[in-house]
Amino acid sequence: MIKITAKPIDVQKVIETASSLGAGAVNVFIGTVRDNAHQKNVRWLEYEAYEAMAVAEIRTIIEEAAHRWRLMGWAVSHRIGTLKPGEVAVVVAVSTSHRKESFEACEFIIDAIKAKVPIWKKEVFEGGEEWVSANPHMVINSN
Amino acid sequence: MSSLNVKLKIFGAARDIMGGREILIDINGQRVEELRKTLLIAYPKLKELNSLLIAVNQKYASEDDLIKETDEIAIIPPVSGG
Repeated sequence: MIKITAKPIDVQKVIETASSLGAGAVNVFIGTVRDNAHQKNVRWLEYEAYEAMAVAEIRTIIEEAAHRWRLMGWAVSHRIGTLKPGEVAVVVAVSTSHRKESFEACEFIIDAIKAKVPIWKKEVFEGGEEWVSANPHMVINSN
Repeated sequence: MSSLNVKLKIFGAARDIMGGREILIDINGQRVEELRKTLLIAYPKLKELNSLLIAVNQKYASEDDLIKETDEIAIIPPVSGG
């Protein structure tokens, strides 16, 4: 399952989707919204995605992970829209025979998602906002 | 060299610079490289971004790739999912 969704992510459902009776390990990464960045208070994040391409890129990443670690099940769900501190932004779950490959595969998938998949977030602070990683360092002042 | 009129999908920081989610633009040439040159002349602030990738039909393109007016072309500023 690959999902880009504006609704809150059902973490349990992602885990169930990735689970397999033949697997001895399920590894789950949950990315959440921090209330701080660059010593400033984050009020909320705005996520957006180029949805069709994001799904295709995640599929390519999963295919590579499945080939390298023999995944027995997997699921990825990424949230878009406005997210407040504490909310779940992304969930990656994989199941494998043993724990070691489950850790490695899960880390590979979330690292690749952050590096390659066309999804963006803007941090909204008190008195400013900034697209994360867009510029060497810049905060656009709002009124 | 022929010119093309292409429609661009624009995201994130690039949208703030270019001022819209979709823009029509004329490019002199038929390759991604020429589209990039045209964009940087029309929107010089794009040079301030840490990276600027171009996707053609939902795949990251290289500078030599040919584009057609019917292609789905997207401007991809630095990604920050997760």
